[in-house]
Amino acid sequence: MLQLALEVGQTAKPEAVMFWILGPLAVVASLAMLLVKKAVHSAILMAFVMIVLAIFYIAQDAVFLGIVQVVVYTGAVMMLFLFILMLVGVDSSDSLTETIRGLRPIAITAAVGFGGLLVSLLGRATIGRSAQGLTEANSEGNVQALAQLLFSTHVWPFEVISALLITAALGAMVLAHHQSTTVRPTQRQLSIDRFRGETLGTAAGLPGPGVYARHNAVDVPALLPDGTPAAGSVNATLEARGDMLDYKKFDLSEVNTKVEEEK
Amino acid sequence: MDASNYLYVSALLFTIGAVGVVVRRNAIVVFMCIELMLNAANLSFVTFSRINGDLDGQVMAFFTMVVAACEVVVGLAIIVTIYRSRRSASVDDASLLKR
Repeated sequence: MLQLALEVGQTAKPEAVMFWILGPLAVVASLAMLLVKKAVHSAILMAFVMIVLAIFYIAQDAVFLGIVQVVVYTGAVMMLFLFILMLVGVDSSDSLTETIRGLRPIAITAAVGFGGLLVSLLGRATIGRSAQGLTEANSEGNVQALAQLLFSTHVWPFEVISALLITAALGAMVLAHHQSTTVRPTQRQLSIDRFRGETLGTAAGLPGPGVYARHNAVDVPALLPDGTPAAGSVNATLEARGDMLDYKKFDLSEVNTKVEEEK
Repeated sequence: MDASNYLYVSALLFTIGAVGVVVRRNAIVVFMCIELMLNAANLSFVTFSRINGDLDGQVMAFFTMVVAACEVVVGLAIIVTIYRSRRSASVDDASLLKR
């Protein structure tokens, strides 16, 4: 602890300043990733952690990896995540409620144990050993030195991994290929079904949302003649997201004029 | 500054990622936590490469990145396929083998 305090005090080197600002930020962001409710927020925090890691790589003389980290992870992988999030949308799995009883305390205890073990192990393993640095290895440039290694010593794993990449791309294509088991109804068939169906209730389409003079409403259900809200008049996505407003708020008998004036 | 500080950050990130895999229910968030663990491992590869003055660690980190990219592509395709058939991205819902 004392040594840690001393190290924090000796922030002479720019790298130490960078580390003590970005390191805690990365840890906090990754913790927040677990705690935020919406998956999109998790993705943004994840992108932040990735960028911090890229800066760490560049600070540690791994310039090529730092750039690749930004391009591949924050550029491609995280955008893929966001794309899939948009495709899948929101559902109940976003909530943080515990489905298996007692899972959370067990997970946190195990994590504290595991993390403590790792940290204490690292503390014992690397004490008194100073970094050699990569100035010698990088003397001809980081990219050149890496290329030298990749295409000589590690050429076989490199080829295998390229095969893996192609296989993965093909696999994703196969998985994403959608073979429909039913014939898609044509426009004509849909129209016939609508008028020859059991009821004529939706023959003219679903009801529109309630449009009230006091609210530009796509998120308020329309009212039926008997005063009940019409099911299906509000987009199901808005309902799932919890963005649907209560129609009672705009009921004329219950208008709170004071609130309206304040607005 | 001691380079082993990066190793501590890496250990913390790995642990947080592991907790996320266990605790969260959304398959996409679980997947992101796996990515976090892979990235933590990458950070320690790069740090060890610096400590040993050898570029082999960076080559390994590069390979890990490629494998992680493959994993993301296939994993997300699986998530989309599961979502298509059962309209849910929750890892708890896909428990057909249990019953």
